[in-house]
Amino acid sequence: MPQEMIYAQAMAEAIAEEMQRDEKVILLGQNLGLTERDPLVQKFGKNRVRVTPISETAELGIAIGAAISGLRPIVELYMSEFMLVGFGQVLNEAPRLRYMSGGQVKVPVVFKAGYGFAAGWAGQHANCLYHTMMGIPGLKVALPSTPVDAKGLLKAAIRDDNPVVFLYHFMLMLDKGDVPEGDHVVPFGRADVKRPGKDLTIVATGWMVPKSLTAAERLAKDGIDAEVIDPRTLAPLDIDTIVSSIKKTGRLVLVDQAPRHSSAAAIIAGEIAERAFQYLKAPLRMVTALDTSVPYSAPMEKFVLPDEEKIIEAAKSVLRKQAVGV
Amino acid sequence: MVRIREFEERVKRIFIEHPGVIRGHTHLADGAEAAIVGSLATRNENDPVVPTYRCHGYPLVLGTSARSMMAEIYGRRDGLCKGFGGSMHLSDPAHHFPGPSGIIGQGIAQATGMAMAAQLRNTGDVTYCYFGDGATKQGVFFESVNIAAVWKLPIVFFLENNEYQAYTHVSQEDANSVAGDPLSQKAQAFSIPGVTVDGTDLLQVYDAAGKAVDRARQGAGPSLIEMKFYRFSAHGNAITVPPMSTQFGEHEAIEIHCNPAEYEAARSRDPIPKLKSVLLKRGLITEGAAIQIEDAARAEMEDAVQFALASPFPAPEDATNYIYA
Repeated sequence: MPQEMIYAQAMAEAIAEEMQRDEKVILLGQNLGLTERDPLVQKFGKNRVRVTPISETAELGIAIGAAISGLRPIVELYMSEFMLVGFGQVLNEAPRLRYMSGGQVKVPVVFKAGYGFAAGWAGQHANCLYHTMMGIPGLKVALPSTPVDAKGLLKAAIRDDNPVVFLYHFMLMLDKGDVPEGDHVVPFGRADVKRPGKDLTIVATGWMVPKSLTAAERLAKDGIDAEVIDPRTLAPLDIDTIVSSIKKTGRLVLVDQAPRHSSAAAIIAGEIAERAFQYLKAPLRMVTALDTSVPYSAPMEKFVLPDEEKIIEAAKSVLRKQAVGV
Repeated sequence: MVRIREFEERVKRIFIEHPGVIRGHTHLADGAEAAIVGSLATRNENDPVVPTYRCHGYPLVLGTSARSMMAEIYGRRDGLCKGFGGSMHLSDPAHHFPGPSGIIGQGIAQATGMAMAAQLRNTGDVTYCYFGDGATKQGVFFESVNIAAVWKLPIVFFLENNEYQAYTHVSQEDANSVAGDPLSQKAQAFSIPGVTVDGTDLLQVYDAAGKAVDRARQGAGPSLIEMKFYRFSAHGNAITVPPMSTQFGEHEAIEIHCNPAEYEAARSRDPIPKLKSVLLKRGLITEGAAIQIEDAARAEMEDAVQFALASPFPAPEDATNYIYA
């Protein structure tokens, strides 16, 4: 029987189940496992659940070292920006070691962090940094949009023999959904069609997935049938599913919370330009954040970020327009 | 000190009076008043001050208006940063307060850079660099203090030890603390002076800061001062997801570590009544004057709230300003 649970609970279950399944899985990070009453400490002990000082460079590097030595560490970073403090470990150590050693070294580590906190967290705590990560060969990037994917992708991340950045979205933490009981694993590199449709394709990640689904329901009232696709992992990136969808719909809107020039949308647009240009009946549209930092005050924050209205406007404009010279 | 306390308590009440108004993360400095005021009292007019993101206390001492600070926390156009920064990023360069980083420890390097600029230009300014006990476990702390010592930069490193880095007690994450040593011992690694003072005692802080600042101003290089006190509020408001509004929970000693006795003991060492009793004993203040100070602070902060409420929100399209100079 599937069980209804919130996104945060789904991740907690994935960690507890994987720690139960494999004693090589350990958890480290700040402000966790603080007391003997902590459920993970009770179950797995303070050896495997380690609180760290505020030392991101060391936390990340220690996890890499432990992974090289045969453990499967998860580092809880809380905010993806905190990863930036030790970003050399994430971008230039973990993903390079296997390659530089000619395949001799294996780094099965998970860097887990929240992102995109669009609730007044302002310039330094509300960012979407995956663009920088998805372009680093050797690094995998997962970003679930539902409880079921949160559990399944986190389990896959922990079992993966490569460094994985697992990004959870703060605005989705309390979202509810059915999660199958038992060993539910979502393989990397497989996009999920969250809503089938025939008139246009919307590709969205993270918090933008529920926003796109709401927009699709509103478009349906106007007789527009949108397909919504969530890539679920950005590296590897399942372009095939998007291309297949475009073959059917001929129209594409890419929705991404990141600023336009550091968005996954821009990368996907490039792939589509090369692989599916001939199927597009109109130029694609990118609905992204503006190229600004995230402001504190609510009206400005709303102005900067994508929302349902902006998605609907883009969808309608793509349906109105025809490709030039076709 | 009374103004800082009243500002912080007023901010805390906003979470109850106007739920959802304060967004993001807010950190209060109640308990740190003697450390902030005692150290800043040694300052020359142009000395730069680099704070932590627990940053409401310092600007009140430097001359920033409580109105503009409160309006910033309310996200309004008349806010100190026009609604762009919020509580964690109060910035007032006109008062030598360029503003904090929201990322722990990063300001330590920037403060060191301000000291380098002062040395280069021979201004005679000393940089006041504040950071928490947690930040001393960042690489940037070690990197910056080392450089400051090598170059004999005019800077004083004020380590605010309030016993908790977010929810973790210092005894769970600091090597000196684990060994039973003061955190000022870290100074030995850089061969610079390091002292520990009672951060609830304004006069102790003032004396130690004065010596370190004089030394820095004379070109003898940096010092580390550990100021021990206790943060009276939780690390920050509880982290909630909209539409749940933000709110303040109990201090971590109570909520996580189940140690209300520790919290109560710390409250009995409140720096404000401590200073008040010293001043009364020495006849430097009367009960009546003390009440006047409290009343004035209450009126000032209430006025700040009313000012913030009357200020308009920024226009949405203002968001595209200030990306580049």
